[in-house]
Amino acid sequence: MKFTLSWLKDFLDTEATVEQIAARLNAIGLEVEGVENPAEKLVGFRIARVLTAERHPNADKLQVLSVDTGDGPPLQVVCGAPNARAGLVGVLGLPGAVVPAGGFELKKSAIRGVESNGMMCSTRELELGEDHEGIIELPADAPVGTAFADWHGADPVFDVAITPNRPDCMGVYGIARDLAAAGLGTLKPVELVPVSGMFDCPVEIRTDDPEGCPAFYGRVIRSVTNGQSPDWMQARLKAAGMRPISALVDVTNYVMLAFGRPAHAYDLARLTGAVVARRARDGEGVTALNGKHYLLDHEMTGIADQAGVHDIAGIMGGEHSGCGEGTTDVLLEIAYFDPQRIAATGRKLNLTSDARGRFERGVDPQFLDAGLDLLTDLVLRICGGEASAVVRAGTPPSGLRTVHYAPALVATLGGVDVPAARQQAILESLGFCIVATAGETGEEWAVTAPGWRPDIAGAPDIVEEVVRIHGLDRIESVPLPRADGIARPTATPAQKLERRLRRAAAARGSHEAVTWSFLPQAEAEAFAEGVKDSGDGLWVLANPISEDMKVMRPSLLPGLLSAARRNVDRGAAGLRLFEIGRRYLRGEGGKSDERLSLAVVLAGEKTPRGHATGKAVSFDAFDAKAEALALLAEAGAPVDSLQVMGEAGGQFHPGQSATLQLGPKTVLARFGMLHPATLKAFDLAVPVAAVELFLDAIPAKRGAANTQGGGFARTAYAPPALQAVTRDFAFLVPAELPAGDLVRVVRAADKANIVAARLFDDFRGAGVPEGHKSLAIEVTLQPGDKSYGEADLKDIADKVTAAAAKLGAQLRG
Amino acid sequence: MNDIDTLGSDALGRIATAQDLDTVESLRVAFLGKQGSISGLLKTLGGMSPEERQAEGPRIHALRESVTATLAERKAALEGAALEARLAAERIDLTLPAPEAPRGSVHPVSQVMDELAEIFADMGFSVATGPEIEDDWHNFTALNMPESHPARAMHDTFYFPDRSAEGREMLLRTHTSPVQIRAMLAQGAPLRIIAPGRVYRSDSDATHTPMFHQIEGLVIDKGIHLGHLKWTLETLLKAFFERDDVVLRLRPSYFPFTEPSVEVDTGFAFEGGRRVVGGSGDEPGHGWMELLGSGMVNRKVLEAGGLDPDEWQGFAFGVGVDRLAMLKYGMNDLRAFFDGDRRWLAHYGFAALDVPTLSAGVGTAA
Repeated sequence: MKFTLSWLKDFLDTEATVEQIAARLNAIGLEVEGVENPAEKLVGFRIARVLTAERHPNADKLQVLSVDTGDGPPLQVVCGAPNARAGLVGVLGLPGAVVPAGGFELKKSAIRGVESNGMMCSTRELELGEDHEGIIELPADAPVGTAFADWHGADPVFDVAITPNRPDCMGVYGIARDLAAAGLGTLKPVELVPVSGMFDCPVEIRTDDPEGCPAFYGRVIRSVTNGQSPDWMQARLKAAGMRPISALVDVTNYVMLAFGRPAHAYDLARLTGAVVARRARDGEGVTALNGKHYLLDHEMTGIADQAGVHDIAGIMGGEHSGCGEGTTDVLLEIAYFDPQRIAATGRKLNLTSDARGRFERGVDPQFLDAGLDLLTDLVLRICGGEASAVVRAGTPPSGLRTVHYAPALVATLGGVDVPAARQQAILESLGFCIVATAGETGEEWAVTAPGWRPDIAGAPDIVEEVVRIHGLDRIESVPLPRADGIARPTATPAQKLERRLRRAAAARGSHEAVTWSFLPQAEAEAFAEGVKDSGDGLWVLANPISEDMKVMRPSLLPGLLSAARRNVDRGAAGLRLFEIGRRYLRGEGGKSDERLSLAVVLAGEKTPRGHATGKAVSFDAFDAKAEALALLAEAGAPVDSLQVMGEAGGQFHPGQSATLQLGPKTVLARFGMLHPATLKAFDLAVPVAAVELFLDAIPAKRGAANTQGGGFARTAYAPPALQAVTRDFAFLVPAELPAGDLVRVVRAADKANIVAARLFDDFRGAGVPEGHKSLAIEVTLQPGDKSYGEADLKDIADKVTAAAAKLGAQLRG
Repeated sequence: MNDIDTLGSDALGRIATAQDLDTVESLRVAFLGKQGSISGLLKTLGGMSPEERQAEGPRIHALRESVTATLAERKAALEGAALEARLAAERIDLTLPAPEAPRGSVHPVSQVMDELAEIFADMGFSVATGPEIEDDWHNFTALNMPESHPARAMHDTFYFPDRSAEGREMLLRTHTSPVQIRAMLAQGAPLRIIAPGRVYRSDSDATHTPMFHQIEGLVIDKGIHLGHLKWTLETLLKAFFERDDVVLRLRPSYFPFTEPSVEVDTGFAFEGGRRVVGGSGDEPGHGWMELLGSGMVNRKVLEAGGLDPDEWQGFAFGVGVDRLAMLKYGMNDLRAFFDGDRRWLAHYGFAALDVPTLSAGVGTAA
């Protein structure tokens, strides 16, 4: 909402400065987004008279002027304007002044060898218009020597953000009322000049849709001249950011901006028969004033005549019946429309307008007659003509709401004490009425809100009114009650897990990235496969901001891969990125199922070429496995019980990827090298290993969750007295046997004695038959109370060999 | 007995000129070994008369001792020289680079969320969460934004074509406020929670991204008023920025889910082209900037949360986490937060061990 200071002062008697007004507007909740003071731009420009004008000795198109500035001897100014001549009164910029257009500072200078002490300015140079044909010509009686800004009446423009609950402040008068209540002056009453009709209204006016349009008032003014509106009105409209169109249209816009009251003017000659507010018929169309054609439906209200709908009620008038140059008879419409209907229609048509903004927030239903009087008065004054009697179809709602209120609430909810009398004064200055009091000391009030305050629904709203006018800065800080002792832990197990993993991944050398939750459709679909429970498809936005941000991610990997590509494109040779966040699946009952995940992308070089190792080493699948296992261990997953299984998903290299599972169903992670096709899709030319941890699948540690005062003691342990011994076993096995399977059976061969089994050699070649491999395992044995004898060791070795044999492994000699 | 003297001077001479340990060893064997010449002399002592033995014994023993000592000396000298030579050969250039261990980082948004969680834990707030794909009831209706409410349109909402089983429109939450409703319904009152997380608006320009992070605060109790809200926000910001001169300016505003509603500005100074929080915005060289929205929870919101608004009241606030991070740590481009540029992450990210604690101060110095 933009308005000028002079406009405000039409309604508010105040001596306050622009700065004081702006500060108070902020303080009472009318946020000042900016104040433009044209006078500031015009500092150093004053009214001056050209005394003489002579040809420049060295330039054909220049003149040397002698200029009277009001004080001191005349100044010599060089000027190139064709209209510069003796006797002209114009605007002189003095050295030091900054020319608004261009922003350069004027300096005393020599132009083609002739001294010039300033610049006579054009309209465009002062940003007052487009004219640049010549210098400004002021009336001959303009006071020479006066600051141009003062004479020009440079009017500061306030730009105030109006919150949606304050339709009353979408008019200058409402803002003046708030400022007056806040002690910044006196509100002037609206000057109404009721005009009685000279003749009966020649048009029948009805409302056939009392729900959507409870009241429709109107009158005709005939024999008008619809020329330009007066300069003062145009200036105010322009300051408000509105383009002047014609006197009749400008008058309706002016009343809307001044009083927050939209209205409409029809060219009567374009209407036939009765003018009726009614529901539109499905498919009925209207071309609105913005030149666009809109198809209406039966839930929308329109203003129609015999021929059809002319006006999308309360939102935008129609092109056909709009007032133009040739309009001689005008029908003024001022109506009350149901806010919800306006909002729904506007939303459905995707059509915003100043009128809609006000109607959907709620205009004052008590202001129809007053609004019509204001309109009539302005039309008659500006366009002439004579007014008909007023027709009033329907009845507006009263708009008055009475709420129960206790003045004590200001302290208990607002946190500040305001005496009841002061509260009453504040409320009355805002137009509220205390219609009744009750209780022994009058501590219960019934407060009626004025019609222009549709936002007032309950006692807290009254508290807000009192507190904002009293001053939020007068509220003292009061500490929240604090529980005894040290603050209790608050993090949930899931939060602790997330924090721990984040720092573990960072400690292991990866950078945490935060990537978009939405992906291009193709990327999302490529990663939907391999993710369990993706249900009936991905979450696809109906109104994405772009095709690249359309589908909610089913995996964190695509986002990280795109980030990896950007890094590689910027010259990164090796990269470790991770992200912790949600992947978005389908849940029950149409809800989402958002699961916490951690993904790591290891791209390109793991170690750069170096003096010690020579060539650079690229990441491989074991790097991904190491990352997966380390992070799962940090997450408290039973890493020793995990099985490496296949089917990491089609995005991965089929021979260099796997899952880590607990049993056949619970997949905790997938890892490995990415499929060349995935790399190609992401335009990555370096090898990429990736890990995805499904944190939601990690079983909770038994008894660890939020244990009250316990859960800290470890299981009892003392290092064994006897030293562990190791024995090596080498087995010949079929080449396709997974080494992990052999290690697992060896480890389990004698649980009482074997505490670890570690594979240390995987050999194929000389001495190993075709189709086989040799796997060597170091087995760690922990004796109990007595050391192993030869027989004990042989016994254990036999168990190991027997267990391995079940997998077809033969002990090598 | 010249042969003893001759043997002695010959032996000592050969030992002294021995060039390696093997030679020393063969000399030892030659002189002192079982078949050695000095061992041979010693054996002659047995066949001597006592007088001869008296005279020859000490000379032979002296010879043996001096040869033994000289052998040991020579051996030590040669070993020392060999060690010197080996060490000299093992010399390496330690100006060569050591193996590089990769250094990872924690994203500023995560770090700041951890900092806030730490501060709020001290004030008794626990962390609550909710879905990012929400339904319009939780995101709007329950927060006093019925379908026709103009504020809905101002939210630039991302919608899905889907509806929940209850027929509710599915959307991306536009704020963390729906967690208020979920927390009230799940936990009842009294309640002190913060709800950090991703939020979405279909808005994208230099200072807006379609996804960003918010942290919601909610306190429901008996007798909570605007003074408590003011204290909480002051305390939060003083702790977060670790300065006591944080000054807040409260302005009346409007949010459908609070009444009264308060917009909170904080004073800042321009230092080196950056906004630095602290001081009153009215001081010379200072200004006010909008930091967060807040207010007393609207009665309708309490009702939607299953609470009796005549019994309980409270306040709520929401603040942009990315914005707080930028203000504290000096980033100026929001879009870079979501780009994953390792250079930016390495510069603005935090070490794994920069765990925010109250005892050390939640912030990490530059």
